Amino acid sequence: MKTTIAALLCGILFGLGLSISEMINPARVIGFLDVAGEWDLTLLLVMGSALIVTVIGFPLITRRAKPVLEERFTLPTKTKIDSPLLSGAILFGIGWGFAGLCPGPALAGLASLSPSIFLFVAAMVAGQFIAIKVEPLIWK
Amino acid sequence: MIEPNVAGGLIGGSMIGLASVLMLLMLGRITGISGILTGIITWNRNDGLPWRAAFIGGLVLGAVLYRLFVGPLPIEMQAEGPMLVAAGLLVGIGTRLGSGCTSGHGVCGIARRSPRSLTATITFMAVAVITVFVTRHLLS
Repeated sequence: MKTTIAALLCGILFGLGLSISEMINPARVIGFLDVAGEWDLTLLLVMGSALIVTVIGFPLITRRAKPVLEERFTLPTKTKIDSPLLSGAILFGIGWGFAGLCPGPALAGLASLSPSIFLFVAAMVAGQFIAIKVEPLIWK
Repeated sequence: MIEPNVAGGLIGGSMIGLASVLMLLMLGRITGISGILTGIITWNRNDGLPWRAAFIGGLVLGAVLYRLFVGPLPIEMQAEGPMLVAAGLLVGIGTRLGSGCTSGHGVCGIARRSPRSLTATITFMAVAVITVFVTRHLLS
């Protein structure tokens, strides 16, 4: 129960952050990615300030024996730079460049009740579903 | 150059960083939104379904709170129709194959000094910049 409430509050903070920083706005994201157009550096400020907080905060936390509400840390274990990582990053980059939406802003954007955002999220969920099904057939 | 949202970017970005730090401190988890979503799509009851759903719900709720107390959500779509669906599919497939998106690899992975995440972030950012250049300058 406590973990659920903590995750809810963190989600709210994250969603507010995406809204206040305007990263929820595809125009801001495309503005950053469009280096040959009228460049918008807002995304750089967002990523930079988020990274300052995590780069300082993360090492202080992982020094602990365990997190506050769980018995152990659950951190990614993969270390190899392999073809799924690279091909996935390439496909994600193309999709991100098409619409200016990545998973966080798309999900938070559902609050706008915009049918376009719902369509994007449905396609994104379908994409993950397809990948989950197809993945084991390609990489064993 | 487009006028950047400096105050919003710095405040919102810090909130995104803080939310990620709190998730690690409380739950011992990486705030990777595509990965949190994957855990809901696979519907694995042994893999933290409640906190995942609570976080995604909070993400939407954060944007709802912004609508209620700050103003309309700034969302200007940059793609419609088949292009938007293709974008969603690519983001879904890519984030699953590449084990992460802007939050998990970009904000959290780099703070963990993960070479995998740094590689993924540079890759999807570069590919997104090229995609925007091709779709908005070469093809239009």
